[in-house]
Amino acid sequence: FFLCKYYAFFKSLFKVCSHENVKKSEVECLLRVFHSLVEKANVRLNNFGLDRNAFRAILHSIFGMTDDMLMNRVFFAFDKDNDNCINAKEWVKGLSVFLRGTFEEKLKFCFEVYYLNGDGYISREEIFDMLKNSLHQQTSEEETDEGIKELVDITLKKMDYDNDGKISFADFEKAVKEERLLLEVFGPRLPEAKFSEPEEPA
Amino acid sequence: MGVALARSAQWTAARYGTRALETTPLNEAILEEIMMFVESFIYKHPQEAKYVFVEPLEWKTNLDPSAFESGYIVSETTVKSEEVDKDGQPLLFLSVPHIKIRSFGQLSRFLLTAKDTKLKEAQACIEANEGPVTKILGLDYNTMKEDTSVVNILDKITKEEDPASEIKMKLGKLLEQLDLHLLNHSLRHISLEIRLNPTIVKNDIELLKHFSGKGEQTVLESIDYTSDYEFSNGCRAPPWRQIHGEICYVLVKPHDVETLCITCSAEGVFLNGGKTNDEGEINYERKSEIYKDLVTFLKEKSAKFSENMSKQDVRFSEEWKKEKEEPKEAPKKEEAAAPRKALPASSKSMLEKNQINFGKSQMTKRLEPSLNWKATIDFKEHKSLLRDIQEEKRGGRLERSGPPVSPGRAQLIHKSAEKIEEMISESSSESEEDEEPPDHRQEANADLPSEYWQIQKLVKYLKGGNQTATVIALCSMKDFNLAQETCQLAIRDVGGLEVLINLLDTDEVKCKIGSLKILKEISHNPQIRRNIVDLGGLPILVNILDSPHKSLKCLAAETIANVAKFRRARRAVRRHGGITKLVALLDCAQNSGEPAQSSLYDARDVEVARCGALALWSCSKSYANKEAIRRAGGILLLAGLLKTSHENMLIPVVGTLQECASEENYRAAIKAERIIENLVKNLNSENEQLQEHCAMAIYQCAEDKETRDLVRLHGGLKPLASLLNNTDNKERLAAVTGAIWKCSISKENVTKFREYKAIETLVGLLTDQPEEVLVNVVGALGECCQEYENRVLVRKCGGIQPLVNLLVGINQTLLVNVTKAVGACAVEPESMMIIDRLDGVRLLWSLLKNPHPDVKASAAWALCPCIQNAKDAGEMVRSFVGGLELVVNLLKSDNKEVLASVCAAITNIAKDQENLAVITDHGVVPLLSKLANTNNDKLRRHLAEAISRCCMWGRNRVTFGEYKAVAPLVRYLKSNDANVHRATAQALYQLSEDADNCITMHENGAVKLLLDMVGSPDQDLQEAAAGCISNIRRLALATEKARYT
Repeated sequence: FFLCKYYAFFKSLFKVCSHENVKKSEVECLLRVFHSLVEKANVRLNNFGLDRNAFRAILHSIFGMTDDMLMNRVFFAFDKDNDNCINAKEWVKGLSVFLRGTFEEKLKFCFEVYYLNGDGYISREEIFDMLKNSLHQQTSEEETDEGIKELVDITLKKMDYDNDGKISFADFEKAVKEERLLLEVFGPRLPEAKFSEPEEPA
Repeated sequence: MGVALARSAQWTAARYGTRALETTPLNEAILEEIMMFVESFIYKHPQEAKYVFVEPLEWKTNLDPSAFESGYIVSETTVKSEEVDKDGQPLLFLSVPHIKIRSFGQLSRFLLTAKDTKLKEAQACIEANEGPVTKILGLDYNTMKEDTSVVNILDKITKEEDPASEIKMKLGKLLEQLDLHLLNHSLRHISLEIRLNPTIVKNDIELLKHFSGKGEQTVLESIDYTSDYEFSNGCRAPPWRQIHGEICYVLVKPHDVETLCITCSAEGVFLNGGKTNDEGEINYERKSEIYKDLVTFLKEKSAKFSENMSKQDVRFSEEWKKEKEEPKEAPKKEEAAAPRKALPASSKSMLEKNQINFGKSQMTKRLEPSLNWKATIDFKEHKSLLRDIQEEKRGGRLERSGPPVSPGRAQLIHKSAEKIEEMISESSSESEEDEEPPDHRQEANADLPSEYWQIQKLVKYLKGGNQTATVIALCSMKDFNLAQETCQLAIRDVGGLEVLINLLDTDEVKCKIGSLKILKEISHNPQIRRNIVDLGGLPILVNILDSPHKSLKCLAAETIANVAKFRRARRAVRRHGGITKLVALLDCAQNSGEPAQSSLYDARDVEVARCGALALWSCSKSYANKEAIRRAGGILLLAGLLKTSHENMLIPVVGTLQECASEENYRAAIKAERIIENLVKNLNSENEQLQEHCAMAIYQCAEDKETRDLVRLHGGLKPLASLLNNTDNKERLAAVTGAIWKCSISKENVTKFREYKAIETLVGLLTDQPEEVLVNVVGALGECCQEYENRVLVRKCGGIQPLVNLLVGINQTLLVNVTKAVGACAVEPESMMIIDRLDGVRLLWSLLKNPHPDVKASAAWALCPCIQNAKDAGEMVRSFVGGLELVVNLLKSDNKEVLASVCAAITNIAKDQENLAVITDHGVVPLLSKLANTNNDKLRRHLAEAISRCCMWGRNRVTFGEYKAVAPLVRYLKSNDANVHRATAQALYQLSEDADNCITMHENGAVKLLLDMVGSPDQDLQEAAAGCISNIRRLALATEKARYT
């Protein structure tokens, strides 16, 4: 039962992934991992996939991500059909970007993770949300808020090329292309650079 | 009094048993002072005179009881004073021969009574009473002053409100004053008898030599040792005189008095009996007073000396100021610290010991100079007193040593300091960027630019943010114009530099990258470089070189390349093993250099190697680093990289090679690794910088003949010649002309250059070029003009005029090259005419006065062909006023090259009879004869030629014999140089016209040597040798004949 499902998926997936950098064998591996994870995660049959909590656990244990909110966002970025569950197809696609994505793919992925409210922009408020834990050592909350606000300003000044108070994909792309380090500007999104060699901007 | 007695009085060596004072002038002076104090005490301080000592002063006296008069109860063997203390005890009690005295009043009276013997009494008193102060004032006084200040004593005493202790205090004060006085007095005394030592004397003489010579401005006409031999202890006096403390004998000729023969001994400087003429023996007897040093002596003897000396003083004192800033440790020179300065210094020591504040106002003034006084005063008597200060000062203030050296010596110390610095400096290319730039921090609130505050805010995020915030801050910091000094300094001033360097030590790759990107930029600023090194950034950077992350490696290497622009940084890189790691970076590209690898990785590896080379380029400016690069196997890797075609890579690689090519090892390796081929190839590149470095590397290497040939074989001459046509880039032009110069040392290369019309171009470059270019252009022309065709070419292109014009320059290297080129041109009579017309010979002649020996020699060499080829050479030479005397005097030089060249010039000058007569009058014969004892073949050859020429005049042959020039000449025949043989044989032939010389030659075995020469293939040599033998033989026959008739 499992296997036949698996092969069906595999066929479609192979089509999906054929243009990507992921090798066939790697896809197989990913799927095998997926299934073992799914079993572990007590999946309901009808959904057949990973729910949010399970996914977050995976992100945490395998990729060392800690930030709650960001993990949610990654989950939503993986979950293309918004069914609150990641199926095998989404899993493989997501991870292929995650691990082997080209620069453009990663760029797109990161942007998706960051904007998420669906309007195609990263707004000031979103940035504030994402950065609010990034300062420590501040004494009072007010000061921290103040600091973060300034940091957001700095970021916007740097990345918002069309000065509309929010970051469009074009802004993001331009900024990141100019400075690779900005790819994960609002918190670590991708597996640690230790595992993969970052490239110089194209 | 206590201190003075304990420390400065000269106790006899045996301190155990009965102490005794030596009878020395110093001790007498001290006693005298003490007596004066005591005697006048009763009048000056009647109150204190009544004070009763805690313990009596006791000693054995020779004074008879009968000497005591009124006020004493005298019996046969005892004397009691009528004056008694509270308990009724007499204040003076004498029971022959013991005497006890318990007040200053009685002491005063006693001394008055003693009259003639008071000196003896005082001495006996002091000898018998150890620690008189303790006895007088009590133990507590003595201990108190040792650990607390006088203020405390005052406090304590005044609190007691006791009249007795008030008196006691006053007395204490008085005694301190006496003590102070005594010390000052004795020091003044001691300072008069400074002991000289060989070093001081030598320094003095060297210094005076420096300012001696002809002319009004100098302090002396001449100053010389009588003996050239220096014993290992620095003395020049014969050992049996050294026993008397004599160091050396000096002949001094001041401007205004006769020559003085002076003895420098440990006691001082004095006039001796002078040289008894015949054997050069010195009459050692003292003929004058003893002066403390040479300068004082001469000031006394020669008015002119002291006058000129005072003029020099101004200069000295300027030097002295400079000297102050220089870290300097030459204690032995400071031994000679002027006595005037020694005084305040030791008075300070007393202050420290005694903790007196009395006489403060007068003291403070004198204290000032002693603050930076550090000395090793080696006065014989005062060791014990001064040792304490010395140690203290040495320990504490070794670095800041502005010593109050007597102005006369300051100059010398300054010079030696310079010498030391020269020795330290590692490599020629090193010094230029090594000066510490002034560290001007921005004023706290003076108009700071807005960037300053923005950067400050960012640094706050760097400090306080997590990784995300840090990255954002780093990225926006990068957006500032980091090439701008305000931003660079702003980052430093808000403490950003520390944070950036700290970030390098974390595991966060992104933060490291961001931080390095900033550091890379701001390290272009020389101040920031120093700060990075000071903050210990280099070891961290060097560690990053090990990272598997290629972009990190690149950035770190690039940063190192920027930072390692000064010596300390280069040393730090080496110490932390950076060189090996950087060399390892070069290896990256090698492995992946094969086309099989994907281009992406290739590009990145090349980048790593490029950055590595860049860093090595910076580092290779230090000699030790060059060595380290070589040891790490860098040459091979650099050679490999040279084969690539990446221009960005080639520049640092060639730059490193060029920098290293100053070392012999490298030049050999460059030859062996076939690097020249690639250098030549890159000469053809489009990149000007690359061309420049390639040419520079060739310039460095082409000293070697094989290398020159290699350059030609690989077709390097043509690109060099064609690069000459582009004169806009002066650096490149200098490098290219340099390469051409060195290459043209080989004849074959010159021919090639002529083919490529380089010579015409070179002549065109003789005007309107910077000095670096000119030096090389002229050098190249000098080499080219060794050939006839080129000489003609240079003349036809109008090259002579600009060359002669360059003779008036001041750059030494340029002058050496110009004189050489002009000399080469002068070989051609037609060119000579032009040179003559332009007054070039006069210019050359005046260069004989140049202080630099290379220039002198080169000018003298150039004069030879000039005199040979000029029309009316004799007349021309005579027309230079004082010219002949100048040439003859150059024979006194101690530079072999100068001597050889001057001999050659004299050979040419002497061809004219009249000139020969003039130089003979100037004493050329004894001077030449003096040079005869040499082993230098070049000098031998030209000297022999000069001698043979000079024999043509008057009695010169005989005079050469008298000055013992013949015997050494005979020895020249044993040399291996055929040129020396020829010249010598000719000289001997000339000399053999004189009978005495023949005898000398015969005695020295010339005949056998000459007989061998007769068999030489060299005709001139044959002829001269044969002629000489015939002269000797003829003399022998004549003698025989004379004997039998």
